[in-house]
Amino acid sequence: MTMTQTPELNAEPSRAEIAAEVHQFLAEQEQKTLLRFLTCGSVDDGKSTLIGRLLYDTKLIFEDQLAALERDSRKHGTVGEDFDLALLVDGLEAEREQGITIDVAYRFFSTSKRKFIVADTPGHEQYTRNMATGASTADLAVVLIDARRGVLQQTRRHSFIASLLGIRNIVVAVNKIDLVDHSQEVFNQITADYAAFSRTLGFTNVQAIPMSARFGDNVTIRSDKMDWYDGPTLLEHLEVVPVDEGLLDKPLRFPVQYVNRPNLDYRGFCGTIASGMVTQGDTVVVAKSGKPSTVARIVTQDGDLQTAAAGQAVTLVLSDEIEVSRGNMLVSPEHRPVIADQFEATVVWFDDKAMIPGRSYLLRTETDQAPASVTALKHRIDVNSFAHEAAKHLDLNEVGVINLSTQAPLAFDTYAANRVTGAFVLIDRITNATVGAGMINHELRRASNVHWQSLDVNKSARADLKLQKPVVLWFTGLSGSGKSTIANLLEKRLFAEGRHTYTLDGDNVRHGLNRDLGFTEDDRVENIRRVGEVSKLMVDAGMIVLVSFISPFISERRMARSLMEDHEFVEVFVDTSFEECARRDPKGLYAKALRGEIKNFTGVDSPYEAPEAAEIHVKTDGRTAEDLADEIEAWLKDRGYF
Amino acid sequence: MTMTHLQRLEAEAIHIFREVAATFSKPVMLYSVGKDSSVMLHLAMKAFYPAKPPFPFLHVDSHWKFREMIEFRDQMAEKLGFDLLVHKNQDGVRDGVGPFTHGSSSHTHIMKTMALREALSLHGFDAAFGGARRDEEKSRAKERIFSFRNAQQSWDPKNQRPEMWKIYNTRVGQGESIRVFPISNWTELDVWQYILQEGIPIVPLYFAKKRPVVERDGMLIMKDDDRMELRDGEVLQERLVRFRTLGCYPLTGAVESSADTLEGIVRETLVARTSERQGRAIDHDESGSMEKKKREGYF
Repeated sequence: MTMTQTPELNAEPSRAEIAAEVHQFLAEQEQKTLLRFLTCGSVDDGKSTLIGRLLYDTKLIFEDQLAALERDSRKHGTVGEDFDLALLVDGLEAEREQGITIDVAYRFFSTSKRKFIVADTPGHEQYTRNMATGASTADLAVVLIDARRGVLQQTRRHSFIASLLGIRNIVVAVNKIDLVDHSQEVFNQITADYAAFSRTLGFTNVQAIPMSARFGDNVTIRSDKMDWYDGPTLLEHLEVVPVDEGLLDKPLRFPVQYVNRPNLDYRGFCGTIASGMVTQGDTVVVAKSGKPSTVARIVTQDGDLQTAAAGQAVTLVLSDEIEVSRGNMLVSPEHRPVIADQFEATVVWFDDKAMIPGRSYLLRTETDQAPASVTALKHRIDVNSFAHEAAKHLDLNEVGVINLSTQAPLAFDTYAANRVTGAFVLIDRITNATVGAGMINHELRRASNVHWQSLDVNKSARADLKLQKPVVLWFTGLSGSGKSTIANLLEKRLFAEGRHTYTLDGDNVRHGLNRDLGFTEDDRVENIRRVGEVSKLMVDAGMIVLVSFISPFISERRMARSLMEDHEFVEVFVDTSFEECARRDPKGLYAKALRGEIKNFTGVDSPYEAPEAAEIHVKTDGRTAEDLADEIEAWLKDRGYF
Repeated sequence: MTMTHLQRLEAEAIHIFREVAATFSKPVMLYSVGKDSSVMLHLAMKAFYPAKPPFPFLHVDSHWKFREMIEFRDQMAEKLGFDLLVHKNQDGVRDGVGPFTHGSSSHTHIMKTMALREALSLHGFDAAFGGARRDEEKSRAKERIFSFRNAQQSWDPKNQRPEMWKIYNTRVGQGESIRVFPISNWTELDVWQYILQEGIPIVPLYFAKKRPVVERDGMLIMKDDDRMELRDGEVLQERLVRFRTLGCYPLTGAVESSADTLEGIVRETLVARTSERQGRAIDHDESGSMEKKKREGYF
């Protein structure tokens, strides 16, 4: 095998000779296929060293980089006199100081047969999300195992996540084989252990290779120390392993990314074809509306195309003016995606703040987004035993199966059928952090079978009869801040004026509807979810609903708000300082909590997240409850609620 | 219908350009006039064809760029009709900040990093395209395609958003922004190959020509204007040279070369024994110095 990518050099070639030589070389480059793979496995199994070795052996290290490596090896190196190849890829100062990999690094190399993009991913459990990042775009995973230590928890975890993300090709790289005297027995044992635990992971191609990344044995050059091994070297395997996902043979999926309207006569739908092919004149269907149209043109700057296929970024012009916008898809009429607002998915959790059923997140697919709530956590999956366990929430780096409900229907396929249209991420609505990644298993039957009943007597008819606009007044504040007192006074006034009202009080609801819930974060979220849904029904009935709940978390108040229409949710922040509430302590709860007799007490050992933009913000210090009730009533009158 | 390597890279970049246009309210493209910027400009034109790119192009002019770069920039803006914004750190210009007097580190910090931060906040851009590639430098190999910056415009390499599939989290809060790198996955060879394939115009400094240079600190520095004074013992020589990357002329080393065609440049890239950033003085101030600059807001 020739590793060089350098054309033969003549002494002083002419311009014409150079041009011919270069064009021939580039023509060869164009024929090469691409393999994206990642290296994973436990800390210190030698992932970065292996990539350093691949780059070094394929002559992709430049002289100045080697000089820098020599300098760095003296400063940070962990292998004595030799170059520490890992320092070629561990690019962050913190990584070099600690000798570990924190984040995924992407590297590029090529041989005469293929081009490679390799993601070097971290081994530490705390950086699992970065490993998942690398795996999400990979076709193959090289799982490194230290020959001295065998299969470890991280070996299982990373293999499991690779499997979840749809990787079907695995290389089991039994590394540091030199440290166990190049022993065939050790290799066979590790290979057997790996096969045993990975049987259920759906891998279609598993190749085990004994190697030493540090010395280069069986990485790109066949080792002369292991006569017993007659399989390929790592590079030989990577050069030939088939990775075609068969995207061209799948039904057309064209997620609309951007609508290009330079003038009134031109409307182009821009996007990258996720699967299948499209030809000028084809009938396509708008996924969410089911409306058909015809592809009039496939536009690129280099001229219109007759046909375009998966992977190409193009602009489609349709023959008629139908409604399509970002987030929708143009699809094959015969094989349509699922349209649903409830589905089951497997998620990997990335955030320090746990995933809690009932909580609302922003769900994002490649081009679509919608608010989504986790309606159930069906089970957590133990990444060691792959067993299903009951759980109330998912912590950082945990994997679970959940049901999700989105505020608007999405168009999708299952992840097993399509890695592009079956994937999503969840985003925290306040911090905007990417908190989880999900793969859709299937839609929930209730989504397609339970349709909304259209009723003739509706919300506005009921509200008109009562001569009021329905609204939820959501009182939030610390325990003892005066929420219930003010709500109670206000309701008495409204009632006296003939308004139709109802008060949902935190304590009262916990005696009935929510008697099964405690005060953990999980239960608080569910508590608010139920109260939000009940309020929504009452608003639908035309009522003015007064909700008096501590409701300490911004995300739950936002969830409740998202259930109502605009102007139907008025947040009232009853702002009393912690010191003042603790001094009043009408129920004696602060005293108990401060003595440690009550757990998870808001303001003491559980946080209160104050509203940032409440419609009404009342500061209670130095004011009477009557005064404040007046103020709220006036606010409502001014805005025409009655 | 198998796509070639360059077609795949082009499609990925176009997708990223469109994603930003669809999801941000005020994007901008950093246009540094070099070969990577030329490729980016070409890709942006393709992404939105037949429309023009729906964002302006910002050149942070350090006041020490090669004169030919400035000429080329103005020609391109006129020819393609894109919206060009030029920003200079006026305080720095007033105080006479330059690499000869203040050293490469201070000059880069004041005239590039600070100027960039100033320009981005001035206009309130929430996304900025850059032409950085992962093969250029170790800390860049670690960076996301959509790379989050806090309200102070700094990068936290230890806490990057996971970037799954092609699903980009484009959400930012008040004052926060995202730096976007559409050609992250391109190598130097890919860039040259694409320039050749597409016939993309580039600054003539990339082609070999006799130019007046001085050997200084192991680099060949071109005397581009009178602000450069010769030190004792230095001799100005006419040599056949070209540039592999372009930046501030006092900080950018030329290489001896006879490559005066694109094919010649590609051939040189193929047989190169040093990386392209070797000619950049700012990378060698100290190990890890690119990461440090990036944390401070450099591209």
